[in-house]
Amino acid sequence: MVVLVIGVAVTALSVGLALNGMTDSPYRQTRQATAGPDVVAGFMLPGKQTFAPGAVDELVNTSGVIGHTGPYPLTYTTMEAHGRSKGVAVEGRDPAPAAVDQPLVTEGRWVRRGEVVIERGFADDLGVHVGDDVTLAGRPYRVAGTAVTAGLPSYPSNICHIACDVPFPGPPSGGAPDIGLVWLTSPEATALAGDTGSLSFYLNLTLADPSAAPAFVARRTGPGTFAERWPGTFLISWQDIQNADTGLVQSEQIAMQVSGFLLAMLAIAGMAVLAGRRMVDQTRRVGLLKAVGGTPEVVAAVLLAEHLAMALVAAALGIVAGRLIAPLIASAGAGLVGAPGAPELTPATIALPAAIAVAVAVAATLVPAMRAARVSTVRALADHARPPRRRALLLAISARLPVPLLLGMRLIARRPARGALNALSIAVAVTGIVAIFPTAGQDLAAAPGPRADRLGQLTAIVTVMLIVVAAVNTLFIARATITDARRMTALSRAFGATSWQVSAGMSTAQLLPALPGAIIGIPAGLYLYRAAAQQRMLTIPPAWQLVAVLLGTSIAVALLTAATTRLGARQSVTEILRTERA
Amino acid sequence: MVDDMPVLRARGLHKDFGRAAGLVRAVDDVDLDVVAGETVAIMGPSGCGKSTLLHILGGLDQATGGEIHLAGQRIDRMGERALARLRSDAVGFVFQGFHLMDELTAVENVEVPALLAGRPARAARAQAIELLDRVGLADRREFLPSALSGGQRQRVAIARALSNKPRVILADEPTGNLDSAATLDVLGLFDDLHQAGQTLVIVTHDARIAATADRLITMRDGAFVDQTILTGGTHGNRGALAGLDG
Repeated sequence: MVVLVIGVAVTALSVGLALNGMTDSPYRQTRQATAGPDVVAGFMLPGKQTFAPGAVDELVNTSGVIGHTGPYPLTYTTMEAHGRSKGVAVEGRDPAPAAVDQPLVTEGRWVRRGEVVIERGFADDLGVHVGDDVTLAGRPYRVAGTAVTAGLPSYPSNICHIACDVPFPGPPSGGAPDIGLVWLTSPEATALAGDTGSLSFYLNLTLADPSAAPAFVARRTGPGTFAERWPGTFLISWQDIQNADTGLVQSEQIAMQVSGFLLAMLAIAGMAVLAGRRMVDQTRRVGLLKAVGGTPEVVAAVLLAEHLAMALVAAALGIVAGRLIAPLIASAGAGLVGAPGAPELTPATIALPAAIAVAVAVAATLVPAMRAARVSTVRALADHARPPRRRALLLAISARLPVPLLLGMRLIARRPARGALNALSIAVAVTGIVAIFPTAGQDLAAAPGPRADRLGQLTAIVTVMLIVVAAVNTLFIARATITDARRMTALSRAFGATSWQVSAGMSTAQLLPALPGAIIGIPAGLYLYRAAAQQRMLTIPPAWQLVAVLLGTSIAVALLTAATTRLGARQSVTEILRTERA
Repeated sequence: MVDDMPVLRARGLHKDFGRAAGLVRAVDDVDLDVVAGETVAIMGPSGCGKSTLLHILGGLDQATGGEIHLAGQRIDRMGERALARLRSDAVGFVFQGFHLMDELTAVENVEVPALLAGRPARAARAQAIELLDRVGLADRREFLPSALSGGQRQRVAIARALSNKPRVILADEPTGNLDSAATLDVLGLFDDLHQAGQTLVIVTHDARIAATADRLITMRDGAFVDQTILTGGTHGNRGALAGLDG
């Protein structure tokens, strides 16, 4: 169980770390296969169906520019396919291959008159295949092929995530719309622009030093530069395109790293309970260690070393699992050639999860280990558990309550730290759920599309992981409470409490700390989302959703503990009293 | 103080553990009548089934067969909820290991059965104080069990057993963990209860304790093998009977 709890947390964290740079590899492959441009220049003259030849001449004659293709016409319109309507950017290209940015045909053939080639990621999303019929601005075309390019970000990312002036509304929450990319012959693209009224041009440049592309762009953007002298022009580097391609993965990376942190918090809570239980189980072993000469330091070190070993095993498993899962999440879709490369195995991607696993084990084990080290040898050999705490105020209050609440409060009073861990566990889980579902869900719903779909799927996976670990924690804590309170509950039954009352009391002991934990988790989730999404304002979901989270959490905790406590309350009283110490 | 109405009656009681070749009959065809106000001692070697019988009689464990009537009700067919109510109203348990709750003071331990029976906290506390006074621990009521001697702990446990004014107290080796002085102390307490008309069933393997009862039943291999009426009982010189006097 120790390995499972830490392993899940390390897996989530490893996925987040492994996503770093993973999508560079497919983009680089695509760039190589398509002779991708180093800089793309766009020319938009509002109301004019042309470009400034002087601007093109200036760029292609700039020192360091060693090649170019274009300018090519570019227009925006709507494509109908299989009953679906999507906004598209239509590039006009020559049927002959281009020296710079020649899209790689992955199926079918390159553009011919009357035919359209569709960017592969977009075609996959629409379910369009070679030979299908589609319409662009109402004009019929047959799909000649699908292709990939490094000249524009692949679908669902697109040029609009860098610079855009399209006739489609963006999502209500802001940002760019997800639009597809198709290729026609240049005359057809220009003709189509006559229907749509928008026509711009773009130029592909190759530089002697591709790594200098961002500097090339920077020197020509801003006051007094090329962009100001030639209004309506913009420049983007291949690094910008690559970043736009990985933008979606970056959102996923943030989601996974935040969830890794939350899962690590849950792991600490679960581990602390497990470690405490293991110490109780090993009390006699501690006594034996001391009896044969082990000092308190040795005893603490032995117990700590055991959990550290388990944490390292869990870290190793989590790192391996993270490396296996990351490519599934990082898959850039069909818009790029090749699969994402294997996650890089760097010292940071190994050391950080391992360090967190060790930190979790130390944080959770140190107190029980120190406590075990301090226990007297005779007491430990007699297998006496640590005496419960006495909380006079809680005891006095509980005496005035109905039996289930009386028992529940007294169970909490016996082990207040366990109640605090329970509250922490639920607070962390609710924080994640509130950050993901009502809050991120609201934003994602406001901007529907393939990007939102993918992020929605990932956040759903993260939520499931959080719920599973929190549920496991709840069961651990319920189990620990039952085991620890065996004598108390058996005595209560011997003196007249029904097993239902005992079971309800044990469930109450789980629910009472869970409730404040859930309440704290709601604002924590709202603020966590604001921080992760780098928003200035809090996104407040409808009140009913927050109430539903609160109620759902309480019901889930009640159901999870009910089965466990019911079993605990049915144990034989005589057997417990026979085996438990006086 | 003894009247003829049986508070506790068992007929053909048996309890089996295991099955087939591994079957062990812990209680074997036991018939028992305990009338109100009577003190019955059940004696026998360790493992003869005394404690199992006591737990069955008190509704803590289920018999494999036979009938049990407690306080006028047949309990061997009772549901769990009704049995719990019966344990609350009619039975008080005293265990060999005291089984006090470590985190509760003496008075808090004594009031537990009353609170579980739903009595108001104030009334439960007042009664617990009174019971501690009765067992001679009025000045120790705020002490935790860890601060009490073995004899004092058992006196707290007896006070707890009396909390709901039970029809019968079932004591399982009540002096098993006590030294001689504490044993005498507890014997005295049982004598006082007997004098007050409390019905007691005491399981023990100590002949000195058994000698203080009205009736001594000897148990072996799960069955009753002998029964003796003790005319002296707890009314005699309990110290001499128990062999504890100098």
